[in-house]
Amino acid sequence: MYTFSSKLKTFSFVLMILGAIGIGIGFMAAPKTIEDVEKLLADSHHGHEAAHVEKVAPHAVDTHVVADTVKVAEAHAIDSTHVAAHTTSVDSTAHAEDTTAVVAVAEAPAHSDNHDAHAKADAHSHDDHKEHLEHVLHQLQNKPWAALYVACIFFMLISVGVLAFYAIQYAAQAGWSPILFRVMEGITAYLLPGSIIFFVLLVAAGMHYNHLFVWMDPEVVNPESVKFDKLIFLKKGWLSVGRFLATAAIILVVWNFVRFKFRQNSLAQDSAEDNAPYKKNFKLAAFFLVFFIVSESIMSWDWIMSVDPHWYSTLFGWYVFASFFVSGITVIAMITLYLKSKGYLEHVNTSHIHDLAKFMFGISIFWTYLWFSQFMLIWYSNIPEEVTYFVTRIEHYKLPFFGMLALNFIFPLLILINTDFKRLTWIVVMAGIVILFGHYVDFFNMIMPATVGDQWFIGIPEIGALMFFLGLFIFVVFTALTKAPLVPKGNPFIEESKHFHY
Amino acid sequence: MSNKVIHAIYNDDDVLMDAVKQTRAAHHHIEEIYTPFPVHGLDKAMGLAPTRLAICAFIYGLVGLSIYTTLMNFVMINDWPQDIGGKPSFSYIDNMPAFVPIMFEGTVFFAAHLMVITFYMRSKLWPFKKAENPDVRTTDDHFLMEVGVHCNEEELVSFFTSTGAVEVKVVEKH
Repeated sequence: MYTFSSKLKTFSFVLMILGAIGIGIGFMAAPKTIEDVEKLLADSHHGHEAAHVEKVAPHAVDTHVVADTVKVAEAHAIDSTHVAAHTTSVDSTAHAEDTTAVVAVAEAPAHSDNHDAHAKADAHSHDDHKEHLEHVLHQLQNKPWAALYVACIFFMLISVGVLAFYAIQYAAQAGWSPILFRVMEGITAYLLPGSIIFFVLLVAAGMHYNHLFVWMDPEVVNPESVKFDKLIFLKKGWLSVGRFLATAAIILVVWNFVRFKFRQNSLAQDSAEDNAPYKKNFKLAAFFLVFFIVSESIMSWDWIMSVDPHWYSTLFGWYVFASFFVSGITVIAMITLYLKSKGYLEHVNTSHIHDLAKFMFGISIFWTYLWFSQFMLIWYSNIPEEVTYFVTRIEHYKLPFFGMLALNFIFPLLILINTDFKRLTWIVVMAGIVILFGHYVDFFNMIMPATVGDQWFIGIPEIGALMFFLGLFIFVVFTALTKAPLVPKGNPFIEESKHFHY
Repeated sequence: MSNKVIHAIYNDDDVLMDAVKQTRAAHHHIEEIYTPFPVHGLDKAMGLAPTRLAICAFIYGLVGLSIYTTLMNFVMINDWPQDIGGKPSFSYIDNMPAFVPIMFEGTVFFAAHLMVITFYMRSKLWPFKKAENPDVRTTDDHFLMEVGVHCNEEELVSFFTSTGAVEVKVVEKH
């Protein structure tokens, strides 16, 4: 039996407390009024914007937004090192100049690109300025929520990814992995607290405590309103708060129920006389995987893609899946290595670690394949309502957007391609840390551009939220590991797994 | 000096693996083993040096990647810039996403084919090559271990019989 070392427990509590403080600071520091925003902008990054304005249009202070946008777009057009920004920013210049109405339809109401639409004519420039400030206010008010949301969904999906991996092991009757089942069950224990907190966040969004999901605003689908958005209106059969929360509840309840039954049968198998509990888990795994592949797609549309309600990508579900699946496998490898370094799991040998590292390598490549397939088709076809997704990311999120590719693809590719490296603890741990950070950034890139726009920053609220959920994750996972022996001795494949070697 | 070798024939790969370990423990020199199918772990048991084929494959991949990058740069950018779908045609890096599938396929093509050719050359296999295996049964269901005879012949024969060989022959090798 594993005992939760007091050092690690203290560490997890420290993380949770510091994280909670960070989250609190994030909410307290969020501006309350337009005046706050004005002061903030004047104090900080407004400085460089003002510099642009002076150069480009010194007299038109109030139209600085459009001047700035055009300037940025021109800069991109000249700078040939930006991979996809080139043509697309030429497009956005065109939008800013003559097709403001189209842009207003084609882009989400809360988008930073909406600046373009504001600057229609000088006559309204004072209103525009106010509107812009209000817009930034909403983004900054969203920021602590979005930070919380990203960290929350990331850790919850890690446990979902591990649950899927675990179900695959059962469905495939894999012989190498049963020795790791208790580690996987420990990680999936986080699913329950993780999904409860996550569901609370979704309900909070549904009750308009935050504006992470612009389509939840009833004004957006009200034809009488100035905020009316035809595209969202046409999608309102799917994008409605009631349907959204009901689907989320069903998906989370089924996932948690499946996890509960898996664990129950797995524990029952330890003292069973025949393989009945094992067979139940086999059937459950088959059911779960079918349910999972559908529910996972739906959840990725609802919880992630719908923050950009105008944009859609048909392989988005797979792409999200690859991201949290590789993160889940990485966490399995890292926790296994941690337990092994503490003297537990004596039957786990380098062949098991090698297999996990192969999965880390393979799924990293798979993630890249999907990421690139999505990117290249949208980049190539260059359809305005699709390509805005990448334009915002390349214009405002250059570092996380391209940095993530280095972390999630180039680094694992180069370091894990060598057979011998996959057996070395420090290599696997180092690659694991990079992969996990990279996929956090991946989720950051999925949520932030639509919710906080160009006001993003990885600061106290983001790191606080990450620390809080990491602390909770460590606490829940390692508590669950103490509840049962680390070797599932009743599993029919356990002997094969113990002697797994190649 | 005689050029005699022992041919010890086995009919099970597990027995063969144990025999190989015993032979190595007794410090007899295994010259070659003929098997009808690849036996997992045999190379390690025989003490063969690890293969460097993977390193070759990596290098071939890099060669393929650079050849196809150069090719696309020459064809699509330098020699005859083509405007496809309004994409900029005067800069490789701006067009790079469109070339990634080609660069990828080139990498795989070079790595795979050159690796196979290297493997054939290294194993001295080519078309119309005459089979080297001394006993036709090694293409069916028997395993043959060839060991050089450097000491007492009878002792060796009894040693191999004791390792589970179904047949032990002393052969003059040319």
